[in-house]
Amino acid sequence: MKRIVAREEYCVGCRLCEIHCLVQHSKSKKIIKAFREERDSVLPRLRVEESGCVSFALQCRHCEQASCIEACMTGAMHRAPETGAVLCDTDRCVGCWMCIMVCPLGAIRRGPDSHVASKCDLCIGEDYPVCVANCPNEAIALREEDEVNA
Amino acid sequence: MNEKDRKDGFQPRQWLVEPDFVVERDPEKCIQCQVCVRQCANDVHRYDEDDETVSSDSSPCVGCHRCASLCPTGAISIKRSELDFRPHGNWTAAALRNVYKQAETGGILLAGMGNDQGLPVYWDRLLLNASQVTNPSIDPLREPMETLTHLGRKPDRLRLLERDGGVALATRIEPQLELQVPVMFSAMSYGSISYHASMALARAASEAGTYANTGEGGLHRDIRPFGDNMIVQVASGRFGVDSEYLNSAAAVEIKIGQGAKPGIGGHLPGEKVDGAVSETRMIPEGTDALSPAPHHDIYSIEDLRQLIYSIKEATLYEKPVSVKIAAVHNVAAIASGCVRAGADIVAIDGCRGGTGAAPTMIRNNVGIPIEFALAAVDSRLREEGIRNQASVIAAGGFRCSADVVKAIALGADAVYLGTVALVAMGCHMCQKCYTGKCNWGIATQDPYLTRRLNPDMATRRLVNLLRAWKLEIKEMMGGMGINAIESLRGNREHLRGVGLTDRELRILDVKAAGE
Amino acid sequence: MISGLTTDDKEMSGCAISGIMSEVGRPFSGESIIRSIANMHDRSNGLGGGFAAYGIYPDRAEDYALHVMCDHEDGLKAAEAVIADRCVIRHTEPIPTRPMRAIRRRPILSRCFVRMREEELERNYDRTEDDLVVSLVMDVNTHVEGAFVFSSGKNMGVFKGVGYPEDIGRFFRLEEYQGYIWTAHGRFPTNTTGWWGGAHPFGLLDWAVVHNGEISSYGINRRYLANFGYHCTLRTDTEVIAYMFDLLVRVHRLPLRAACTAMAPPFWSQAERLSEDERELVRALRVVYGGALLNGPFSILVGHSGGMVALNDRIKLRPLVAARRGDMLYLASEEAAVREVCRDPERLWNVRGGTPVIGELRGQAKADATPTVLSGGGQEV
Repeated sequence: MKRIVAREEYCVGCRLCEIHCLVQHSKSKKIIKAFREERDSVLPRLRVEESGCVSFALQCRHCEQASCIEACMTGAMHRAPETGAVLCDTDRCVGCWMCIMVCPLGAIRRGPDSHVASKCDLCIGEDYPVCVANCPNEAIALREEDEVNA
Repeated sequence: MNEKDRKDGFQPRQWLVEPDFVVERDPEKCIQCQVCVRQCANDVHRYDEDDETVSSDSSPCVGCHRCASLCPTGAISIKRSELDFRPHGNWTAAALRNVYKQAETGGILLAGMGNDQGLPVYWDRLLLNASQVTNPSIDPLREPMETLTHLGRKPDRLRLLERDGGVALATRIEPQLELQVPVMFSAMSYGSISYHASMALARAASEAGTYANTGEGGLHRDIRPFGDNMIVQVASGRFGVDSEYLNSAAAVEIKIGQGAKPGIGGHLPGEKVDGAVSETRMIPEGTDALSPAPHHDIYSIEDLRQLIYSIKEATLYEKPVSVKIAAVHNVAAIASGCVRAGADIVAIDGCRGGTGAAPTMIRNNVGIPIEFALAAVDSRLREEGIRNQASVIAAGGFRCSADVVKAIALGADAVYLGTVALVAMGCHMCQKCYTGKCNWGIATQDPYLTRRLNPDMATRRLVNLLRAWKLEIKEMMGGMGINAIESLRGNREHLRGVGLTDRELRILDVKAAGE
Repeated sequence: MISGLTTDDKEMSGCAISGIMSEVGRPFSGESIIRSIANMHDRSNGLGGGFAAYGIYPDRAEDYALHVMCDHEDGLKAAEAVIADRCVIRHTEPIPTRPMRAIRRRPILSRCFVRMREEELERNYDRTEDDLVVSLVMDVNTHVEGAFVFSSGKNMGVFKGVGYPEDIGRFFRLEEYQGYIWTAHGRFPTNTTGWWGGAHPFGLLDWAVVHNGEISSYGINRRYLANFGYHCTLRTDTEVIAYMFDLLVRVHRLPLRAACTAMAPPFWSQAERLSEDERELVRALRVVYGGALLNGPFSILVGHSGGMVALNDRIKLRPLVAARRGDMLYLASEEAAVREVCRDPERLWNVRGGTPVIGELRGQAKADATPTVLSGGGQEV
């Protein structure tokens, strides 16, 4: 499957990825409306980590051995068979936060207004995740697994 | 302010200096996302945590558009300062602002990039020919269209020996640079531009089958693998020059002068000389890199000859040696001297050429336009019968492929692209290269900023630019019924002048439109 | 120089060309070349026709035959004065013509047979007699008011004027001459009014060029030639071709085929498919002789004492066919013009772009023979 790769040497710390992620996961999917009216009900599914001049976008890496799936007691956290993405079925999530506890990357957060986990879904329905498509410096890339390891 | 205050480090506010730009933020669109805050190296945009609002202070804005380009809602617009002075034909706003700046700082006015005074661009007054009826135009999509160019010294004639019923070459042809497209990247040093920018130029030159020029910045070890597509420069500061440097490139260029600042040396401030720059330039970290105005071992033409031949000796006569000069009044005679001194290539840099930093007065007032310089040099070398002894490269403010085609028709073998390559990488011509705060990550060594230029993207954009120009050059050649670039080179029959005086036409040796 | 007749523009033209040669040097009359070129009447428009004939002055084969056209007697006198100053004039006569209703407003036509004076040769010890004749022709054509030298080779002559070529041929009574090479041209000028000097062939020494086409590289070819002292006075691209042959073959001593390769080289992509030696040679020729590359559509026939060369532009934008029968070589814009004078050729083929067809006078001294390398090959159909 394709994975998101952070190229920290080119991350400029602008956080456009966060902004576009938030908009993508808002109800309206309109940037101004999302920020003005839905700000409290939507969170970006990724975060830019920064230290000095180094920064990078961090989101779920959709691990092959996903601890979050193993730890989920309701089976809400699951792997989408067709894409291989690790997704949270919010109807089944009970908000026990075990996934947050076990995630080695800290890529899962509590949802803003509901008692369910919130994480990267690789932008279901889009050709490319919006963070990849909107990074002005191509510091977030979507690559095939073998390219990632190469 | 008295001297005591100055020693205390007190920096008086520059009351006379007014902002050049007005940054406007559309409150309807601004979502307080702070992208602008994070991207402006000049601290124009600020976020107030108490109010949770972003606001802007226009005064440090240089007009680089970084914030506006990245603003996800298009909330930012940047306009020239609307603060009008009472109109005065002599005392323009720019003239007044320069005086205010000097009154406040006591310094030489500095500027980046090329002459911005709106000198006539003669390329725009030269028009190209096309075939109709008597001569079919050639469709480059269907027929071969050759842009391969060789730079270097050519013999007057070939001697062929008959041998075994065939013929054999009895003339050794001097080393030639081979260009797939008749443009190259001009000298831009690592130091004045970032590592990523240098790397992108080298990679793009290699991909496109042409050459990039190190400028006086030395050749970073990571770029040495691209040596076959590099021209290394030997300038008055001799930074980074050693035998390995000379031999790792395809050609060596002696820089005598530069179109943006003829007669002036260079100064890379110590702040830009970080570890890697220091290593590449072979100077201590943090020291100013000062290039003297002249080469202190070249006070006359015979000294140039010595340096040319020293370099040829050091490179075993395997590489063409270029001499780059600024287009000054007597450029034709100087170029002729360079050729007679042994230069295999003469690069002429016109007064619209760019630079990282030049004294504004020099940049705006010294030199002549490349169009006249090129025409004069080509004609002069032909009059003297030595045109074949050196290739001529034109440089200085080339903007588009039509400029290139016109330059080749006027007599250039190839064209150096500097500014336009930076623009292709993202430069927005704010002309503040000398501040080291390039928001596009090109003319800076600041690690917060250099990462903004992804060399993969920059390489792609440069290669795209060359590809697009090559296609356009072929279209224009085909239209003229010419399918080899050598038939365009120096072919002034394919140029006509509009709006030029008789004298200008005579110097350009171009007919007026309608003739 | 003939006043008011030189223009500042280069001339563009359509045209018909034809050439006939006996490779064993057997003389034949001008009758057949007149018939051949007349067959292509519609390719010209009556504004120019001309011929070059080789071997026509066997009795004066060692003298340069200067054909001069003049606006007026003063022009002729001035030209003869310049010529006499440097040359021994061994014979002068009007060029014989016959009255033709179709030929009007003809200039004074004269020919003189000359050799350079000994003292001229001594004074210019670093130049050949040919060089001095070239300078003489250029001086007359640039500086002498009302006179124009249009032929300057040995044992050959150019005959040309304003009119259809068949009329010009009859006007000059060419059927009365015997030559072993004949070339002809019918002109269709497209942007200059016809004038006698502007007609083809264009000659210099024993080079005579007839040309159909337009040289779009003219501007640089002219400037390239200027490097070597050739000053194009006529602003016709045909002049450029004649000088180019003179420079490359006579002065630079390139074999004829190599010279043709310089003028119409293979594309770089074609060169890649050649053997390494040939590729090197092509590269060298292109690198050194870029200014000699002839671009644009053309088919040309170049006559010289040792033979006849036909060359098409690299992508063959103008017609040219070749044929052989026995010792005879025929070259023409159209097949019909060949068949008019050779009903049943043994071989007939379309000349390939950039591939010269070379007719050589057999039994010539070895030095004049052209090596076979760089032949395009496979041209027969």
